[in-house]
Amino acid sequence: MNRSLHYVAAEIGVTVEDLSGWIERRWVLPVRSGNNLAFDDADRARIRMILDFHRDLAIDDEAMPVVLDLLDRLHAARAQLRAVLGAVAALPEPEQSEILRKIQGETEQ
Amino acid sequence: MNDPYKILGLAKTASADEIKKAYRKLAKQHHPDLNPGSAEAATKFKDISGAYDLLSDADKRARFDRGEIDASGQERADSSFYRSYAGGPQGARYRSNAGFDPSDIFADMFSRAGQGGGGFGRGDFHEFRMRGGDLSYTLTVDFLEAAKGAQKRLSFPDGRTLDVNVPAGTVTGSVLRLRGQGQPGTGGGPAGDALIEITVEAHPLFRRDGNNVLVDLPVTLAEAVLGGKINVPTIDGPVSMTVPAGSNTGTRLRLRGRGIAPKGGTAGDQYITLKVTLPKEPDAALSDFIKNWPGREYDVRGS
Repeated sequence: MNRSLHYVAAEIGVTVEDLSGWIERRWVLPVRSGNNLAFDDADRARIRMILDFHRDLAIDDEAMPVVLDLLDRLHAARAQLRAVLGAVAALPEPEQSEILRKIQGETEQ
Repeated sequence: MNDPYKILGLAKTASADEIKKAYRKLAKQHHPDLNPGSAEAATKFKDISGAYDLLSDADKRARFDRGEIDASGQERADSSFYRSYAGGPQGARYRSNAGFDPSDIFADMFSRAGQGGGGFGRGDFHEFRMRGGDLSYTLTVDFLEAAKGAQKRLSFPDGRTLDVNVPAGTVTGSVLRLRGQGQPGTGGGPAGDALIEITVEAHPLFRRDGNNVLVDLPVTLAEAVLGGKINVPTIDGPVSMTVPAGSNTGTRLRLRGRGIAPKGGTAGDQYITLKVTLPKEPDAALSDFIKNWPGREYDVRGS
C-alpha cells in the first residue's frame, strides 16, 4: 500500500518538516510517481526506525547517516551470506555436508 | 507483562530521568533493528518498550502504582521493524544505496581459484561476474488507469526514471517485471529486473467484478415508472441507455462490451443496478398525489 507524505507523517508521528528533511538527506528513499511520493511498507518501517533511533536512542543528525549506512551494509552482507548458503544448500552430498562441517570448524579424519 | 520496574532495572522511586536513561540503555542493546538476526530481541524489546510506555507517562505510572491498571502495554508487531524488510526485495534499494560491494570478497575467492587453485576445478574464473539483484517497487494507479491501461513514469531517488506500461485490466497485486531495470551486474554480468507491484485505488462510482464494471445508478420516479433514455457513465465516458418502463430499485441492466477489455481478451460488460430515488426536497404536489392515489397500498413486505 502506498501512502502520501502527509498521511505517513501523521500515521507514524513525525512532522512533515522532519520527514521531508530525512528524504532530502536520502535516509528514506520513496519512489516518486508523477507528483506523488509513494511510501511502501519498507519505507514506513524505516521511518519508524529513524524516529526510534533519534528520539529513544539519542542518535543525532550527525551520527544518523553513519549508523544507517553501517546498518544497510550489514543487511547487504547478510543477504550475500544467505545467497551463499542457499547455493550450499543446493549442493549434492557429500559436498554439502563437507562444506557445512568445515564452516563449523570440525575436522574430518 | 511482569513488573515494569524490574524490567527496566529500577527502584519504584525512580525519577523520570532515571527511567529514560534506563530505557535508553536497554533499547540500545535490544532494539530489533540493532539485532537483525535475533528473535529474542523482539520479545525483550517488546517488554522494555511496554514498560517504558507505562512508566514514562506520569498519569499511567501513578495509576499503575495505585493498582488501578495492570502492566499490559501497547505491543508493536515485529513486522513494523525495518529489519523485516531489509533483506528482501523491498529493502534492495537501501542495500544498494549503501554502496556495499560484495564482489571484493567474491573476487578474491574466484581469482584465487582461477590461478589453478583447488576446489573450483573447471576454473575459468579470471574475473568475477554476477547478475545484479532484482529491485522491488510498488506503484498505485487509479481505477480508470488500471481498467484502460496507462503509461506511468517512476522517478527514483538517484534521479533515474523508468516508464512503466500498465496493461489494461491490471488488478491489485499484479507484478510487472521490467527486464534489466534492477541492480547492475558485477564484472559485466547482466542487470537484474525491476519488479513493480501494482495497487489499484477504488473508484467512487465504478466497481470491478472480473472484467465487468458495476455501477449503482440513481434514477427518478418518472424514469423508473415511465422509462426513458438517460446518460450513464462508463469507463470510456457517458453512454445513452434506455431504462425500461416499470423498472425498480435493484433492476439490473447490461451495457454489452462496456466493461474492461484486457489486451488479447474479450471485453467485459457494464452492469447497472438502478436505485429509484425520490426528490431531495419534499414536494407538496407529490405528497398530495400519493395521499389520494388509489393504488398506494400495495404489498411489498409479504405480510
